[in-house]
Amino acid sequence: MDTLLSSEGDSQRTQYPYVTGTSVIGIKYKDGILMAADMGGSYGSTIRYKSVERLKQVGKHSLIGASGEISDFQEILKYLDELILHDNMWDDGNSLGPKEVHNYLTRVMYNRRNKFDPLWNSLIIGGVKNGHKYLGSVSMIGVHFEDDHVATGFGNHLARPILREEWREDLTFEEGVKLLEKCMRNLLYRDRSAVNKLQIAKITEEGLTVSQPYSLKTFWNFAAFQNPTVGAEGSWILCLMMFCCTKTCAFVDASFSFIARHGSA
Amino acid sequence: MPKEHANWSPYDNNGGTCVAIAGADYCVIAADTRMSTGYSILTRDYSKICKLADKSFMASSGFQADVKALQKVLSSRHLIYQHQHNKQMSCPAMAQLLSNTLYYKRFFPYYAFNVLGGLDSEGKGCVFTYDAVGSYERVGYSAQGSGATLITPFLDNQLKSPSPLLLPAKDAVTPLSEAEAVDLVKTCFSSATERDIYTGDSVEIIILNASGVRHESEQLRKD
Repeated sequence: MDTLLSSEGDSQRTQYPYVTGTSVIGIKYKDGILMAADMGGSYGSTIRYKSVERLKQVGKHSLIGASGEISDFQEILKYLDELILHDNMWDDGNSLGPKEVHNYLTRVMYNRRNKFDPLWNSLIIGGVKNGHKYLGSVSMIGVHFEDDHVATGFGNHLARPILREEWREDLTFEEGVKLLEKCMRNLLYRDRSAVNKLQIAKITEEGLTVSQPYSLKTFWNFAAFQNPTVGAEGSWILCLMMFCCTKTCAFVDASFSFIARHGSA
Repeated sequence: MPKEHANWSPYDNNGGTCVAIAGADYCVIAADTRMSTGYSILTRDYSKICKLADKSFMASSGFQADVKALQKVLSSRHLIYQHQHNKQMSCPAMAQLLSNTLYYKRFFPYYAFNVLGGLDSEGKGCVFTYDAVGSYERVGYSAQGSGATLITPFLDNQLKSPSPLLLPAKDAVTPLSEAEAVDLVKTCFSSATERDIYTGDSVEIIILNASGVRHESEQLRKD
C-alpha cells in the first residue's frame, strides 16, 4: 500500500458522524444565561439513546451545550476537564470565564479542521463572570460568534426566528423558560431527530444548575386537522361523502333486509 | 479502490461586503455587519474590520474562521515588529506582510477577501486590495466580498479613476472631501443591500485621518 498518499480506506480521520445530538438553544436573560437541549442520541434514523446529557458545566462560570457527534463531545469534555484542572492548579484566585473557554474551543475546532480531522460538533458556550453575561457559538470548522441568542443545527431555522421576534433584554427566568420551551416544542414538531425529553440549564452570577429531565406537552387537536375539507366550497369530498352516505345507507338497508328475509349464514 | 468523495468542506462562505476609499489626507474603510451561512443569518452584529496598526485597518469577508485566524496572525506579527523596531508598522509595510502571509498558505488558502486601508508615511490615504492567495495592488478605492460586483462599477462611475496604464503614473486617490466619501460609502451599501442577500443589517465605517480614528454606523435593511 502506498504510504505517501494514504488511501481513504485506512484513514483514521473523521469522515461522517455516527451517534448525533440535535439542536441546542441558548438565550441571555435578565440574570444570566438559559440553555436548552433534548436528551436524544440518534444513530442515523434510529433514536438509539434517550438519556444523553448534552448540557455540561465547565469550571465555575460556564456551560457548554453540544450537537453533532456525541463521542467527539465526550472528547471535548476531556480537553475541557484538563483545561479547568490546570487553571485550578495555578491556585491564583483567577478562573477561566465563558469568553476564555469559547476562545479555547474555537482554537481547538479550527486546528482540527486545518488537519482535515474535525470534531463533528456545533457548540454553544454560555456563562456569567463578574456580572458580564456571555453567549457564544462555535461550529465544526471554527466559525464562531457571540450574540444574545444562539442555536445549533435545526434550531437556526426553527428557533432563531421565534427568538428574533420575542427575545428581550429583560426577560425574567419564567419568561425565558417559556420562550425556550416554545422553541423546543416547535423543534419537537418539526425535527424528526428531536425527542420529548429535555433539560434546561441556568447560569447566573450565583451559580449554575442543570434541570432534571422533563417532557413538553404537545397539541395535536387543531380544528383544521379534524376534517380538513368538509364543507369546503365545491370540494369533491363533499359530493363524494353525500353520494357515499346515501348509497351506503341504501346498500346497508338492502343488506339487512336480505339477511332478515333469508337468515344469516 | 475508487477515491471517496469528501462529505464535508473545510470552507464556508459567511458572506458580507467590504469597501475602502483613499482620499488626499484620509481613508474610509467600511464593511457590513451581517454574518451568514447558507440561507441563514447567524448574527446581525458582527464586525469584519480589524485594526492591525495605528494607521492600518483591514476589512475582510469570506470564511470567518480563516478571517479571524488571519487577523490574529497579523496582529501578533505587528506586536513582534513593535518590540523589535520600537515603532508602528507603516501601511505599505503591513500590505506586504499581508500578501506574504496569504501566499504562505498558497496550497490551503485563507478563504479571505481583504481590503487594507490606512495612511501612508506621507499622511496620504492608501488602499490595498487582495485576492485569497496574496496577489495585491495599491489602488484609490476597492470593494471585496459578496456585494463587490454590485459596488465596484458604481465606484468606477463616481470616482472616475485615471487609468493605471498611464505614464507617468497618475494618483488614483480621490479628490472628494471626507464627508462626501463617507456619504458615497453609505450609498454603496444601501444599494448593495437591495440586491445582495448576504449584505445588510448595518454598515460599520472607520474614517482615518491626521487627527485620528472616527467610527460611524448606519442601519441597513434586515431582509
